Amino acid sequence: MITAERKNFDEIRRMTDGAQKLLVVGCNTCVAVCLTGGEKEAEILASQLRLARKQDGIGGSVETVTVLRQCENEYLDSISEQVQKADLVLSTACSIGPQGLVFRYPTKAVVPAMNTNMMGYVKEHHVWTEYCVACGFCIIAFTGGICPIARCAKTLLNGPCGGSQGGRCEISPDVPCAWQEIYDRLAALGQLDMLKRILGPKKWNASNSGGPRTMKMEGFKP
Amino acid sequence: MIAGSNLEKVLASGAFAVTAELGPPKSADPQVIIDKANILKGNADAVNITDNQTAIARMSSMAAARLTIEQGLEPIMQMTCRDRNRLAMQADILGAAALGIRNLLCLTGDHQSFGNHPESLGVFDLDSITLIRMVKDMRDAPQFQCGEEITFAPKLFIGAAANPYADPFPFRAMRLAKKVDAGIDFCQTQIIYNLDKFEEFMRQCRELGVTERCKILAGVAPLKGAGMARYMKNRVAGMDVPDEIVERLSKAEDAQDEGIDICVEVIKRVREIEGVAGVHIMAVEWESAVPEILRRAGLKPGSSNQGEQPGGHIT
Repeated sequence: MITAERKNFDEIRRMTDGAQKLLVVGCNTCVAVCLTGGEKEAEILASQLRLARKQDGIGGSVETVTVLRQCENEYLDSISEQVQKADLVLSTACSIGPQGLVFRYPTKAVVPAMNTNMMGYVKEHHVWTEYCVACGFCIIAFTGGICPIARCAKTLLNGPCGGSQGGRCEISPDVPCAWQEIYDRLAALGQLDMLKRILGPKKWNASNSGGPRTMKMEGFKP
Repeated sequence: MIAGSNLEKVLASGAFAVTAELGPPKSADPQVIIDKANILKGNADAVNITDNQTAIARMSSMAAARLTIEQGLEPIMQMTCRDRNRLAMQADILGAAALGIRNLLCLTGDHQSFGNHPESLGVFDLDSITLIRMVKDMRDAPQFQCGEEITFAPKLFIGAAANPYADPFPFRAMRLAKKVDAGIDFCQTQIIYNLDKFEEFMRQCRELGVTERCKILAGVAPLKGAGMARYMKNRVAGMDVPDEIVERLSKAEDAQDEGIDICVEVIKRVREIEGVAGVHIMAVEWESAVPEILRRAGLKPGSSNQGEQPGGHIT
């Protein structure tokens, strides 16, 4: 799932201080699961803003509304009335949310309350780890089902670098070496021969260096 | 001869090769290169010119390599995958060859988080192995990575690094074999202090046929004292410094002298190992120790063309 964390409160205040009618829009899917931008968190943020604005002598109003998914027009349509009344919209969704609002309400100013992190696997309760960077060309069939593009700090395709020691990455003892994991898994599967082949050079044009990607399901009418 | 470099000639002659390291400065001062080159001249068959070593911005390895040639010393230009994509790398490879550089060492590079720009974007468009293959194709096909023809091929003696002390250990010789398959002519290893492990690594290399297809130069370095030994043991990724070495240095009256002695002992032992074709002395910021190491080790660079301008001329 997509993970996002709320920005520093001071940063949010600086972005929103000029607005008389502020609308905080929550999103009840990914950011609700990571407890950072769902209905409850949007309401808490609105309360904090109301208090801070009162202390600073800023008048006006802070309203909230939450939709199931800010990445779909259908849900964004349903809050048209509230959005029209606001002079600034603050979204607590991942970055797709505020951009979706901009697309749907082109004349409205929209700012993000969140920093979007990554696509994460739930490692344990409330801990997510990046297992995929959506590079558009999956190679994990060759690497024991473990992605070195997402999980190796140097995105290596052909084995661990000289900094791999004791199963840890050279960048930090807190980071597991993806290639040690790949090696151990292939060894356990009796597939170490897979590592003899030379992979790459990787085609990056299917990833975020190829401009915005579009996915279209054939056979469906828009 | 593939590239006609001095290093290639020395290795082909069967002489025990000596390479050293020359780190470019964190400045635009060419005099630093000139001074270091003059210390190393006559004491190495070729010198490695590091490329933004430990992810710290420095004078470019290509420029420093050319300055080294002008001092009559042959450079091994290092190239890391961290700072450039394949377009920039190919441009630099063509440029380097045009400037008379004849040896290229292909590396992945230290992670940018270690250097003085930890917030930078690490490129890693290629890894060391795909870089090696690209250089080989540019030289031998000759073609760009995309498959387009190159009308005037860069003649380069291709090298790589190998670290017998990184994990997983059983994959280390195999990874070097992949580099050989990708197209290297020589390799230089991480600094060796743990000789038992290095001997095992070399045994695996012989078993995989690596030593028949690639010249292996054992990496060595003089330690300046117990503090430096401890730092390398505990803080430098991929280093293995046995306790007895730390102890020996801490007890020594003249630690620098002892450090040179240890380095010489390592050189003498690696010379005995089948498949070791030379040594690579990494006296980082202590280039002046190199002549003394060679003297005590009884080594003379096996240079077959001393006095000749290395690396050819610009045409």
